[in-house]
Order: sequence, then C-alpha cells, then structure tokens
Amino acid sequence: MRTFVELYQTVDRTTKTGEKSDALVSYFQQASSSDASWAVFFLTGRKLRRLAPTALLKQLTIELSGLAPWLFQECYDNVGDLAETMALLLPESSAGLDVDLTEFVERYLLVLRNLDDSDTAAHLVETWAKLSLDQKFIFNKLITGGFRVGVSQQMVTKALATVSGIDPNVVAHRMMGNWEPSAQWYEQLIAAETADAMASTPYPFYLAYPIQEEVDSLGDIKDFQIEWKWDGIRAQVIKRDGQVFIWSRGEELISERFPEIMTAASRLPNGTVLDGEILAWSEGDVMPFALLQQRIGRKTVGKKLLSEVPCIFMAYDILETAGQDIRQEPMVARRQKLLSILMPGQCDAAPSCRGTLSEHLRISAELSADSWQALTVLRQDSRKLKVEGIMLKRRDSVYGVGRKRGDWWKWKINPLSMDAVLVYAQRGHGRRASLYSDYTFAVWHDGQLVPVAKAYSGLTDEEMKSVDDYVRKNTLEKFGPVRTVKPGLVFEIAFEGIQKSPRHKSGIAVRFPRIARLRPDKPIEEADTLAQLHEMLEVYGK
Amino acid sequence: MAEDLVRVTEQGLYCQAGDFYIDPWRSVKRALITHGHSDHARSGSASYLSHTDSRGILRLRLGEEAKIETIDYGLPITIKDAIVSFHPAGHILGSSQIRIEHKGQICVVSGDYKTQRDPSCQAIEPVRCHTFITESTFGLPIYRFPSPEIIAAEVNQWWQANANEGKVSILYAYSLGKAQRLLMSVDPSIGPIYTHGAVEALNAVYRGCGVKLPATTYVGDVKKEDIGRNALVVAPPNAQDSLWARKFGKSSDAFASGWMRVRGARRRRSLDRGFVMSDHADWQGLTETIAATGAERVLVTHGYTPPLVRYLTDLGLDAHALETAFTGEEGSDKLDADKETTTENEAGTLQ
Ligand SMILES: [Zn+2]
Ligand SMILES: [Zn+2]
Repeated sequence: MRTFVELYQTVDRTTKTGEKSDALVSYFQQASSSDASWAVFFLTGRKLRRLAPTALLKQLTIELSGLAPWLFQECYDNVGDLAETMALLLPESSAGLDVDLTEFVERYLLVLRNLDDSDTAAHLVETWAKLSLDQKFIFNKLITGGFRVGVSQQMVTKALATVSGIDPNVVAHRMMGNWEPSAQWYEQLIAAETADAMASTPYPFYLAYPIQEEVDSLGDIKDFQIEWKWDGIRAQVIKRDGQVFIWSRGEELISERFPEIMTAASRLPNGTVLDGEILAWSEGDVMPFALLQQRIGRKTVGKKLLSEVPCIFMAYDILETAGQDIRQEPMVARRQKLLSILMPGQCDAAPSCRGTLSEHLRISAELSADSWQALTVLRQDSRKLKVEGIMLKRRDSVYGVGRKRGDWWKWKINPLSMDAVLVYAQRGHGRRASLYSDYTFAVWHDGQLVPVAKAYSGLTDEEMKSVDDYVRKNTLEKFGPVRTVKPGLVFEIAFEGIQKSPRHKSGIAVRFPRIARLRPDKPIEEADTLAQLHEMLEVYGK
Repeated sequence: MAEDLVRVTEQGLYCQAGDFYIDPWRSVKRALITHGHSDHARSGSASYLSHTDSRGILRLRLGEEAKIETIDYGLPITIKDAIVSFHPAGHILGSSQIRIEHKGQICVVSGDYKTQRDPSCQAIEPVRCHTFITESTFGLPIYRFPSPEIIAAEVNQWWQANANEGKVSILYAYSLGKAQRLLMSVDPSIGPIYTHGAVEALNAVYRGCGVKLPATTYVGDVKKEDIGRNALVVAPPNAQDSLWARKFGKSSDAFASGWMRVRGARRRRSLDRGFVMSDHADWQGLTETIAATGAERVLVTHGYTPPLVRYLTDLGLDAHALETAFTGEEGSDKLDADKETTTENEAGTLQ
C-alpha cells in the first residue's frame, strides 16, 4: 500500500513523462505479482463498482468531523472533489496502514461488496481510523469509483514491457478485455511464452492524428487511401471459435447491444478480426449520433428500438484473418483481404459504401481524388453526409498501437461556430476547483440573452484566470455554486452539430460545444442571434 | 448598540477616538501598522507607528523619507482619547495585534496571525476584548496544517533526495516571513543555501533584529558554475518560470504555502512539490484564537469570510463581515515584484 501511494503521488506531482515512466518501472520491479496485477487494474482506469453510497459517505464525514452540514457542503464546493474533501475533513489519524496492496484491496475494499449500510458504515469508520491522509484520499477515490491516475495505457504497457522484456505490442494485446487481477494473471501477462490468447481478446486500436498544417504538406495524395471519417462508435468485431465479440474502443464488450451486427458477423470465417465503426443507419444514410446514443445506453435492446434505430458495422480494416495476426502487412494488402472476405468475387465500386455479406456489415468505401484541391472540394460534402471529415491512411502503413504521428491522419471539417455572451459561471472540478471555469453562453433574442450552450474547455490557464477575475468582479447573483454574471464577455464557441430540442428554452441544442477563443474585440451587442442559429439548424440540422 | 471603535472608511480601518487608521489602503495623517506585508503597509501616509521589529521592513517598503515611529509589545500609549498597545500576532517578525481601549470598550485588530510555532518571530498572545477584528485567510475546516516539525522533515527529505540525484532544490516562499521561517527549519548540513535578491534583503533585516538565520549567499554574488548541485535556493513565488529560475539547470522546485493543502491548488502550480506551511492560522487556529479573546462581537476580514461568519453566528456570537482591501496569502508580495527587474540584471552574472 505504501509503495502504491508513493507511486500515485510521484505520478500525480509531476508533469514529466520520463519521471512517471521511471516511477512505474521501479514500482513493478519491486511489487509482488498479485500487487502488480491490482496496480495494472487501477492504473489502466479499470474500476471497482461503487462500493459505498455517496449519501452515506457524506453523512459519516459530517458526523466524524463534527461539522454542520452546510459547512461540509461549503468545503465540498471549494475542493470540488468528494473523496478529497472527506480525506481533508476526517479526523487526523496514525501514521497509516502497513499492508500490501492486495491485502488492502481484499480486506478493506472488496469486503464492502457484501455489507449492508450499517455494516458498511462501521467498516468505513474503522478503516478511516487506520489510514493516513494520503491513504484516505486513495481509499476514498477507490470506493467512490473516481480513482484516476495521470498515466496513459501506453505508459503502463511500456513500463511492463521494460520490466518483463516482452514486446510492448504483446503486453498491450494481453492487457485488453475482461480480466480479474491475480498473481496468476500478472505472471501470464509478463510470461515469455505466449499462452493462447483468449478467443475474445481484441487488438489495441490504432488511432489517427489530427492534421494541423496544410494538408498538402503530407506529400503525394496517391500515397494515401482516402475514406470518410465516420461519426459513430469505433469498434472491433471478432469471430473466433464460432463465437462473435464486439469491443468498443473503451475496451467494453458491447456485443449484446448490437444483435443485428452479431448475427451478420456470425457469417464471417473463424479467425477474423475487423476494425470499423458502428453507425445508426437507415436507407443508405447515417442517422444522427443522438439516436445511436440511445442504443449504447441500453444493455438489452427492445424490438421497437431495434427497428427504429437499426445499426450497421462499417468495416475499414482487417487485423486478423485465418487466425493470423496481419497487422504488420501494409494497408493496401489488408484492404484487399478485407474486400475478399466481405465481398467475395466483387470489386469496390459504390459511392460511399455498399452491401456485402449482410446489409449490417459494410465496407467503408475508398474515395478518389486526384489532387489535394479536389479532396478539399469533396470534403465540403462532409456535413451533408453526416461524417466528420476525411481519413487519410498511407497505403504502406502497418496497423500500429495507440496514436502515432505520420501514417494515419484525420482531417476533420471545421466545426460550426457562434459568438455568444457569458451569462453564468460555475466553479470547476478537480484541478480547477477554485476557479470559475464552467460557463454558460447565451445569444440574443428579442433584446434578451437566451442560454444556448455550456462549455468549459478551450481556454489557457491564463485566460481562465482572467475570466475568473471578471466573474468575481461582475457577479449579479449567487445561487449555490453558480454565479449570474453581468454580460460583458464575448466568446467564439465552436460546436460539431446542431439539433432541434424542445427541452431547451432556445429550442436548439448544440453538440460538443467548446470555447474556440475569447473575443475581447467584440462588444456584446454584436454577439449572434437565435435567428442565426435557427438558420444553421435549417442547413445542418436535418 | 454602541458604535464600533473601529470602522471601515474609504481610506481604511479608522478609529475615531484616536483619530488614526490601521493598515490604511490610502494616504492618511496617522497610520498604525500591524505588519510589513504589502497589503497592510502601504506608502503615502504622513506618519507610521509599528512594532520595533517592523522598522527595518517598513523602511524597505516605504522608503527613506517615510516617518516611522516604533513601540514595543505591551506598552500602553494614549493617542487622543484612545489607549493603544501592540501585542504579538505570531505572523512574521514584528507582526502585531493592535489593542484599542476607549471608555471601557476594548477592540483588537488582529492583522494577520498564526498559532503555529515559528522560531523567526514571537508567538501570538491572544488579548481579551469586546470586539475582535480577525482575518480569515484559511477560514474553512479543510485547512488543517501539519506541525512545522513534520513539514521541516519533508523539506529536508526532498532537499536531500535532490542533492543525491544532483538536482538543485528551488524552494518558492514569500520573501517576507515564510522564507526566513523556512531557513530556520531546514538542515544546513545538507548543502549550501542561496537566496533570491528579494529574500536576501529581508534576511539582512531579520539578522539586524537578532534572528539567528543560517548562512545564506545571494545568488547574484556567485557564478553559475560555482553553485553546487546539492544547493537549496530560496526565492519568491513570482520567480517561478522566469528566466531567473532556469539558470540553475537540472532542478526540482517546490512551493511552501497553506494553499498546498488542496490537490487542485498544488497541481495548478505545476511544481514538483507543495509543502503545507502557512504564516496564517488554519481553521482550528482561527476558531481557538477567537474563543480565547472572549470577544462577543467578531468582525471578519480578508479570506473565507462568509463561512467563518456563519459558523461564529451559529455559536451565538455577534459576527459580521468587514470589507477591506487586504488580500491574505494570495498573489505575490510587492517587495518581490519590485526586486524582479533588478534580479533579471543580477541574474546576468549567472550566465
Ligand atoms: Zn501578512
Ligand atoms: Zn493580511
């Protein structure tokens, strides 16, 4: 437990990747297999189910600290994080527990699974009394399911590869999927002999890099395979040993949510792994992402939803065929194999995609453009086709791991944007807990400002501080953590899409709003109007 | 209810009975100064009265021309119709609570204070009074500061570990008070100690008052290559990320402040370490001190004012917020900023 807390603190303190990696390596070098398996579990963002109800945690903290409930709430608002607030307010205790991570998890965390509320309360009080401040923080984070560490999956993978001497790709592959931490699992993870991977195990996803410079700086357009960038759920479809598995990029097994894709994929030959995008699809056209979200939201899908929001798998790569890992073959060869498996005896011809083995299993079509100019023109159809833009994949590229610069590029369409006025501000969470960093923006309608979007990302720390300062000096009203702000600041808000929404006062909802920049040059009178947004809705909202 | 002995005016906290101001933020005829931090001691007034040990600090802050009178702790003097005395506040060298008595009513203005032990200044002595005007910089129960011994051990451990790895340790701390307190709690056997110009100027003042600081060298007086990798450098927070800080090569940096108790504040600083050490009272220090004064009326200034007022009201006290221009342990100290321009030049010798 102590070494794990130290690891957490080292990683939490520094922003330097090198120091984080060193800390990971030295942790795994000394940890027992069992402890290491739990460390991998937590470090890669896997979570135990919430182990204690929030209301109970708050109530216990209030009782043990002897504070009035309003004062507890005041502290919570200020810190912005429940686990930390509790740790700071609970009575100070001894030097802390001296047990290893496995014992800590089993004796103090997992045991909570089988306790009722009153036993849970007794267990928590007893445990807190034994923990140091730092241990309390991590314990609280784990029981609330909010434990996050500032390391990427790739960093953990690399550290494990360094410690074990195994190829990082193999480590990444073995780490995917569902597994229970145990000494045995960890030993298998770093074992030199490749034990047969479980039939369900997906490959790590390979991610594209956003184009930031001019697109023609990429070189000759003929070196690239061009596709639409589909706006759905990235997924792998696996058929092995007569079984089908669908994995999301979040490494969640989502097979049961898409029965029509399961049925279609059952026709694939054994030993096939496809990479692609799940899309809500009707009559040859993508349906709005909001509809797809309804499908993700349900563990089991009813008949009605199934017929209202049918889904397809738009395949664009093949990672395994006849049980062979072919990720090291060039893109162009993989594309041929993809075609021959999904469309035996045919060739690529249709404009955007086409039916194959099943109408629920399609191939993302190759687009043709002779020049970057021609592609720029083609890309302008993106919004109309409800795609996010263009994908560019080097024809000679292998299927890598994680996000790498150079081979795969995404060239997104410019987002929609509006100039809107800051009207409400709220304190942020975590790192931004003491700053007013969550904003609500409004546009003009009949001489009034109507809220249309909430956004919190996009400003530099410095800009955020200046906005925070403005908010504090121009507060009209406070209710709870929210302040009504005197209109005075205009922001350019970028967003990905716009939809009708009867739930909102403005009648519209924008998708993925974010702050593009501050517009200190604009007086508030020149912010956009609701009428302008409704025009956008006419053009892009259908 | 009778009028308060001290009230807020445009110029600052004003005592009519004695016709003087306490820590005024505008120019006045007569200013009584609790301590030398920039938000409490501002230039421009015709005359100043402070504790004896504040003289050197005020001289730096207010300039050669300022008319400064001083007084020792516990000595009552009469100013017009008021009896006034200064009492230790435990905040920094010379920091005082100011006690005012008029027609049997006693009001104490705390200035800034802390209850933790601090070898660089005299410990706080709570003063019985009817009305207590208190600061509230850390007026939330999440602010509970570890004992100075624990923090000193953490700092020494960090310094030693850096020295072992060949990294210079840069410790950011307010140049007036915090820096000297830290200097007295570190272990000088680990390595040599260097200081930023702003810190060194105040070190001289502290030494002049008989405070036993360890030996320190002003970085402007040495060549960069002569600074050992086991060195500790003490600098004001606004030197962070400046050209100045980058001269030391491989280094680890840390900030000592009460705000470091909360993770979000630690991370926002993007420093390697945050040490929880403040020259202000934590929640317990505030509430215990207020109780020890026996005051029935408590006026709360700079900090987490509303929660402390509500808490005291719940206890049955007559508590209210008082709007002042004091800033608490925020931003950086003006003395540091003044030095910054000269330090850029001084740093030239480091290259
Ligand atoms: Zn002060
Ligand atoms: Zn102050």
